[in-house]
Amino acid sequence: MTLDPFMVMLLDVLVKAIVIVVALLGAYAYMTLAERYVMARVQVRIGPNRVGRVGPIAVLQPVADAVKTIFKEDFCPANADKIVYTLAPGLAVAIALLAWAVIPLSPPLTIAGYTIHFYIADVGIAALYLLAVGSLGVYAIVLGGWSSNNKYSLLGGLRSAAQMISYEVSLGLALVGVLMISGSLSLVDIVEKQSPIWNVVWQPVGFVLYCICAVAETNRVPFDLPEAETELVAGYSTEYGSLKFALFYMAEYINIVTVSAIAATMFLGGYQGPFGLLPGAHWLLLKIAVFIFIFMWMRATLPRFRYDQLMRFGWKVLLPLGLANVFATAVVMVLLGR
Amino acid sequence: MELAIFYLFASIAIVAALGMVVLRNAVHSALSLAVVFVALAALYVLLNAPFIAAAQVMIYAGAILILFVFVIMLLSPRVDQGAGALKWQRPLAALCGLVFAVELAIVAASALLPTERGPFTPERLAEIGDVQAVGALLFTDFLLPFEITSLLLLVAMVGVIVLAKKR
Repeated sequence: MTLDPFMVMLLDVLVKAIVIVVALLGAYAYMTLAERYVMARVQVRIGPNRVGRVGPIAVLQPVADAVKTIFKEDFCPANADKIVYTLAPGLAVAIALLAWAVIPLSPPLTIAGYTIHFYIADVGIAALYLLAVGSLGVYAIVLGGWSSNNKYSLLGGLRSAAQMISYEVSLGLALVGVLMISGSLSLVDIVEKQSPIWNVVWQPVGFVLYCICAVAETNRVPFDLPEAETELVAGYSTEYGSLKFALFYMAEYINIVTVSAIAATMFLGGYQGPFGLLPGAHWLLLKIAVFIFIFMWMRATLPRFRYDQLMRFGWKVLLPLGLANVFATAVVMVLLGR
Repeated sequence: MELAIFYLFASIAIVAALGMVVLRNAVHSALSLAVVFVALAALYVLLNAPFIAAAQVMIYAGAILILFVFVIMLLSPRVDQGAGALKWQRPLAALCGLVFAVELAIVAASALLPTERGPFTPERLAEIGDVQAVGALLFTDFLLPFEITSLLLLVAMVGVIVLAKKR
């Protein structure tokens, strides 16, 4: 039986996309649980210990949370812009998932003459694609904040727009250094070129810059001004409830996994092990897990920036540092004659 | 297959562009424009220009339009505003529309003429890379316009800072 190559390609992409989406949704559910345990530990509490316990861990807690969220009333404020209000949470999740199309998860595997690539697409502009998709993420929050017709929501949305645009610039600059030494925009190439030595060795400043900007882009502590509860109730998501709120929450957690995966791919060798040991998806998962833990750790321990501090830090510290890093990388590369 | 995808995104772009003009709410118009940009980006991908597609989404949809939305939300113009105040713009709009229609007709007509293929065929782009081709051209044939653009942007930036400092 001969298979139409186009149909094979389509099936291949569909299966991978479904697997990745399901895996990310599962990761979201259990990240909420993990975060509660990490926070509990930091605050010397026990954490969730009632629902479906296996040993000390409440394994079924996310299921209970999901059921509770689904059965909440799906409320829409009277003067809200109904279409945009409904669209915004879905948009948030869709955009958060899009980045995964280009992230390579594991080296290719050949089974029975058919080579499986563990990425959905290896496009020549993958790094630009990531930045482009990332730059769309702000829409969901801004639209959600605006359409709720509530001043706290609107303020949260506007803050997030200003914050994400400001930090996006430095985020892009932080990645430029890696792109320069890799000489490619394809994430598969970038990972392959880190085989013996990871990019973080050559780009330590870029790595730190990326990590700071990534936290800002995901609106997490200490950059969670869009939903600063002491000032803005819950910011852009104030008027959201039920599944719509859950979707915003989901987008935030998927974004955390995404920026962690990008950091691991760009700077820490992706699926490459240290010194080229046993490359495989397990290394990528381990690196992502460490990043996620640091995100939770920061949430439990750091205070929030003030708005003017946030802007000053972004434009007067991170941006010049990013430019200097690009300049220094270029000079060193010319001097080394690469 | 390519044709089907083209028609899909082209019709999305046209519907969204119409929506941008027709919708009364400024935020809805801005949203429609965002959809136009994304649909155009898809068309660029079909034309073997993924770099332009990414730049389109990143710069227009991700940066410029979000600033539009930002300003619209800050000023929150009323939905019914504008019909009376903009009367003098109507003849101007008609004129611009006419110029664009003529331009479009010329471009459409020129597509019928036999033309030579340029140096950057899809095969050549696959060989040297799309971004590399754009980059090489920017730093060789188009170096002067490129540098002039950067100077212009710098001047604009300095101007904005001076204006903002005055207040």
